[in-house]
Amino acid sequence: MSEGTVKKFMFVNRKAPYGSVYALESLEVVLITAAFDQDVSLAFLDDGVYQLVKGQDTKAVGMKNFSPTYRALEGYDIEKLYVERESLEARGLTEEQLLVDVQVLSQADMASLMAEQDVVLSF
Amino acid sequence: MKIAVLVNEGPYQHQSADTAWNFCKAAIEAGHEIQRVFFYHDGVNNATKLTEPPQDDRHIVNRWASLNKEHGVDLVVCVAAAMRRGIVEANLAEGFRISGLGQLVESGIQADRVVTFGD
Repeated sequence: MSEGTVKKFMFVNRKAPYGSVYALESLEVVLITAAFDQDVSLAFLDDGVYQLVKGQDTKAVGMKNFSPTYRALEGYDIEKLYVERESLEARGLTEEQLLVDVQVLSQADMASLMAEQDVVLSF
Repeated sequence: MKIAVLVNEGPYQHQSADTAWNFCKAAIEAGHEIQRVFFYHDGVNNATKLTEPPQDDRHIVNRWASLNKEHGVDLVVCVAAAMRRGIVEANLAEGFRISGLGQLVESGIQADRVVTFGD
């Protein structure tokens, strides 16, 4: 372990929450990375924006609704959540429909933010 | 350069596991160090010793194992992802070890680059 090294980790979430396991297993890495005291941020783009939509009800698909975890991220000092504006707009979604406070960024701003990261993991 | 590799897809269904292995081999031949290969999501299926492809096909699991045997590459399978998919010590192929997600984070911290293979 490189003691005291803090790197900028960005987790890029691009897939809808229940069609595949990526979103759920991405959250598991996010929480562990925060436990390692790293500088963690999350980006939501493409269908990944659906992960943050309010009022998710998974009863009919028989899967666990893990969306409350996004609200718990603050407790792990994970407060940098970025959503791409173009992805929201393309899906007819607005910031008000999201279940956590996020920063909405243009595609260009998202790209510069990604360029600043040390480690980008896309799920 | 010190490179960590993340494999997110299982063998055979997608090309990712093949590409990842070829990448590792090429990187080592070019003088780089593969700090670790971490298997996550369906990638954990690269580590089962029950894999038995037809004789005229490549053996993806054994190929990974040879990277460990010949070059000492650390092959780590995520325990939580593995348990979800029925990969346990009893069916773990030689050359792999099961550990936690902390190993992926450690790779991110220690390696110069983390390269992801998967959809």
